[in-house]
Amino acid sequence: MKKSAIHFPEDLKNKLRGRWNEEWRKENRKKMNVKERMSLERTPMLENEPMERIKGFFEVNKGYTPEMALSEARRCMDCPNPTCVLGCPVSIDIPTFIKKIEIGDFLGAVKVIKETNSLPAVCGRVCPQEDQCEGNCIYTKMGKKPVAIGNLERFVADYERTQGAVEVPEIKIKKNKKIAIVGAGPAGLTAAGELAKMGYKVKIFEALHKPGGVLVYGIPEFRLPKAILEKEIDYMKKMGVEIITDFVIGKTATIDELRKEGYEAFFIGSGAGAPWFLGLPGEELNGVYSANEYLTRVNLMKAFKFPEFDTPIPRGKRVAVIGGGNTAMDSVRTAKRLGAEHAMILYRRSRVEMPARIEEAKHAEEEGIEFKFLTNPKRFIGDEDGWVKQVECIRMKLGEPDASGRRRPIPIPGSEHLIDVDIVIIAIGTKPNPLIPNTTPGLELEKWGEIKVNWDTMKTSIPDVFAGGDIARGGATVILAMGDGRKAAHEIDKYLSGE
Amino acid sequence: MYKIIFNRPIAYKVKHMRVKAPFVAWKRKPGNFVIVISEENGERIPLTIVDSNPNDGTIDLIYQEVGTSTYRMGRKKEGEDIYRIVGPLGKPTHIEKFGTVVAIGGGVGIAPLFPIAKGMMEAGNRVVTILGARTKKLIILEKEMRDISDDLRVWTDDGSYGKKGLVTHALQELIEEGLRPDLVIAIGPTIMMKFVAKMTKENGIKTLVSLNPIMVDGTGMCGACRVIVGGKVKFACVDGPEFDGHLVDYDNLILRLKAYREYERESLERFARFYPQLRSYIFGGEK
Ligand SMILES: Cc1cc2nc3c(=O)[nH]c(=O)nc-3n(C[C@H](O)[C@H](O)[C@H](O)COP(=O)(O)OP(=O)(O)OC[C@H]3O[C@@H](n4cnc5c(N)ncnc54)[C@H](O)[C@@H]3O)c2cc1C
Ligand code: FES
Repeated sequence: MKKSAIHFPEDLKNKLRGRWNEEWRKENRKKMNVKERMSLERTPMLENEPMERIKGFFEVNKGYTPEMALSEARRCMDCPNPTCVLGCPVSIDIPTFIKKIEIGDFLGAVKVIKETNSLPAVCGRVCPQEDQCEGNCIYTKMGKKPVAIGNLERFVADYERTQGAVEVPEIKIKKNKKIAIVGAGPAGLTAAGELAKMGYKVKIFEALHKPGGVLVYGIPEFRLPKAILEKEIDYMKKMGVEIITDFVIGKTATIDELRKEGYEAFFIGSGAGAPWFLGLPGEELNGVYSANEYLTRVNLMKAFKFPEFDTPIPRGKRVAVIGGGNTAMDSVRTAKRLGAEHAMILYRRSRVEMPARIEEAKHAEEEGIEFKFLTNPKRFIGDEDGWVKQVECIRMKLGEPDASGRRRPIPIPGSEHLIDVDIVIIAIGTKPNPLIPNTTPGLELEKWGEIKVNWDTMKTSIPDVFAGGDIARGGATVILAMGDGRKAAHEIDKYLSGE
Repeated sequence: MYKIIFNRPIAYKVKHMRVKAPFVAWKRKPGNFVIVISEENGERIPLTIVDSNPNDGTIDLIYQEVGTSTYRMGRKKEGEDIYRIVGPLGKPTHIEKFGTVVAIGGGVGIAPLFPIAKGMMEAGNRVVTILGARTKKLIILEKEMRDISDDLRVWTDDGSYGKKGLVTHALQELIEEGLRPDLVIAIGPTIMMKFVAKMTKENGIKTLVSLNPIMVDGTGMCGACRVIVGGKVKFACVDGPEFDGHLVDYDNLILRLKAYREYERESLERFARFYPQLRSYIFGGEK
C-alpha cells in the first residue's frame, strides 16, 4: 500500500481541540441539541434535470443556496474527536469550517479550508468524499447519510469567488531563488502557489497549451466548469507564479539544462498521462479511442463545438466505454451529450467494485447510461473501411478476492457475444509518461515507472528534485496530488534554507 | 504567440514559413517536429522542422494547404502570430556514416526529408536523392536538395519534369545501374513509402520511413498517433516518427489517416464560407 498523505500528528489534534473549546463554538453547540441535529435530513444538491443536461455541457450540480448550506451545517454535531478530519488527505479542519457556516461566516469558513487546501472549489466538486471525509463521518458510522461536507466546501468556495472576495496574500519577503515546477496539474499548481507565498521565484513549465492538467483536459465541463479553474489559475498568477506553456520537459529542455539556467530546486508534477490500451485485436481500428484522446479532444480542444472549433470528434450513436472509474464515467457521459443513443459502460466486475465516485455513477444512471457489468471485451471487429462496428465480449463471474481486495473476475467459457458499436473508448487507466525519467539521469523509479519518492519529504533520488501527485502515485486523486504539492513546497523551502 | 518572419508560396499550395520559436530552435535536431496551433480555435497539427537558426531563434516549416488548419496558416502574413508552437518533439534521426544513403522524397515529403539528408551529408555519407511528385509544380526544394546531394534525380508521374514515372522506378533504375545503398530514407505519401519499402525489402536494403499519423498532444499522452510496427503498437510521436520501413503496417496507417475525412470536408466548407475570396483557391484545383 502506498502511504497516503494522512498522518495525524499531535499538533493537529491540539489545534482541533483548541478551536473546539473556543467560546463561539461552545455557544453554537448550545443552540441546538444533538437529538435535534440528528433529526435533520441531508440537504440534497440542486441538480439540472437529466434529460435537460444531456443536451449540453453545462454543470450538472447547481450548488447550495445559503439557506441550504445553513441547514446542512446544522446537521454536523461538532464531534469532539472529528474522525472526518482523519479521512481528509490534507486534514482540513472540517468541523470549524462547517460551524463557521452555521454562524453565517461564509468567508471565515473558506479561510479555514484554505489553510490546507488551495483549490476548494475544485475539490468540493471532484473529491471522492464517500471514501474520505464523508466516509468517516459519524453519521456514516451510524448507518445514516453523512453531513454533505463536499457540498458545503463547494458552497463556500463558490460564495467567496462570486462575491469577488478572494484575497491575494501579500508576499512580504522576496527570496532570490528560482524554482522550476514541471506540470500545471493540481500537484504542480499547489506546489507553485505555496512556494510563491513564501517569496520564491516560481516558474511552471507545462507541456500543453493550457494549464490545469487533468482538470482542463480530462474532467469535463459538466463536472468542473473551466471558468472556475481559470479563476484559480489567475489567482496563482497574481501571487507571482509564472506559467510557461508549450514547454515539454525532456524535449524543449531537460531538468539538467534548467539547472544550468540557475534553477535551484525542482518539483515534478507531471501526472500519469500515458494511456493503457488493452492489447486486444482490432484496437487499431478507427473509432477506438483512449479516454485520454477522447476527453482531450472534447475538453481541451473543444471538439464539442466543432466546426466552430477545428478539432473534430465523431458523434457515435452506439458508444461502448470500457472501465468503471471516473474516467469511464466522464467519457460515457460525454458521449451521451454528443448524441449517443446507446452510451454503454462495459465493466468486468460488478457495480460495487466500480471505483468511480458514487455521485458520478448516480448521475450517469439518471442520464440513461447503460451499464453492462461482468462483461469483458475480447476483440474489436471493423467494417471494410477499418471503422469499428462490433465488440466481442465475454461474460464474467466473480471469484476470490485479489490483491486489491476486490473479487477477481473470471471468464465464463462459451458466453461470448457481440455488441454493436460505432465508438469504443478505453478507460482502463493511465501510467506515468517516461519522457522525464528517460531524460533525467539518476532518477529512480518504481515498478510501473512512477518516480520513487520518500513519502515524508517528497524527495526523489536526486537531491534537488522533488516529485508528487500521479507521477509518484500512479493514477490517484486531485486532493492527494495537491497534498503532495503542498508538502513538497515546504520541504523545498527547508532544503533551500539549508535545513 | 510566435511571430512570423515570412510565409511564402514555394509551389502550388505549398508554403514556407519562418517563425520565431527560440525554445524550439536551440534544441532541435534533424527529424524533430513541432505541434502547431495556428489560432485559438485551431487544431494541434504536427509539422516537421525543416531548418532552424538558434541565433535568431527561428524555425522553418514547409506545409501543404490541405485542410482548415493549413489554410489558416497559409493566410497568415509576415509580422502576424502563430497561436502556439511546442517542440522539438519526436526522436531525432539517428545520423552516422552509413556509406551511401538514398534519400527519396515524394511531394511535400521532400520538406521533412531535407534536414535528414543534409545531416547525412554532413556526417560524410554519399547522398543520392530522388525527388518525385505528380507534376512539376509540386517539386519543392530542388536547389537545396541538389546542394547537399552527390546525385539528384527528379521523376514526375506525368513526365512534366525529369523522367516520367514513380520514385520506385527511379530507385529501380539506380539499383540496375549497380548502386548498392547502405540505407534508404523514404518520406512522402504513405502509399509511396509502402512501395519503396517493398522494393528495398526484396533487395535487402535497410530503410527508414517517417510516418505522419494524426496527432493530438504529440507527447505520448493520447495514443491518436498509434501505428503498428513489427506487429506492435507504437506511438509515432514519441517512438517515432521514423521507423524501420520493413516493419510498418502501411495499410492500417492509410485507413487511420482517413478517420476524419467527412469532418475535414465540413470544416473546410465552413472555413471557405468565412473567406469567400479563398473559395476558388481552395476548391478550384490546379491552374
Ligand atoms: C477523466 C479523469 C477524471 C478524474 N476524476 C477525478 C475525480 O473526480 N476526483 C479526483 O480526485 N481525481 C480524479 N481524477 C484523477 C486526478 O485528476 C489526478 O489524480 C490528478 O489530476 C493528478 O494531478 P497531477 O498534478 O499529479 O497530474 P495531472 O493533473 O496529470 O497534471 C500533470 C500536468 O503535467 C503536464 N506534463 C506532463 N509531462 C510534462 C512534461 N514532460 N513537461 C511539462 N509538463 C508536463 C501535463 O500536461 C499536465 O498538465 C480523474 C482523472 C481523469 C483522467
Ligand atoms: S499524439 Fe498523442 S500520443 Fe502521440
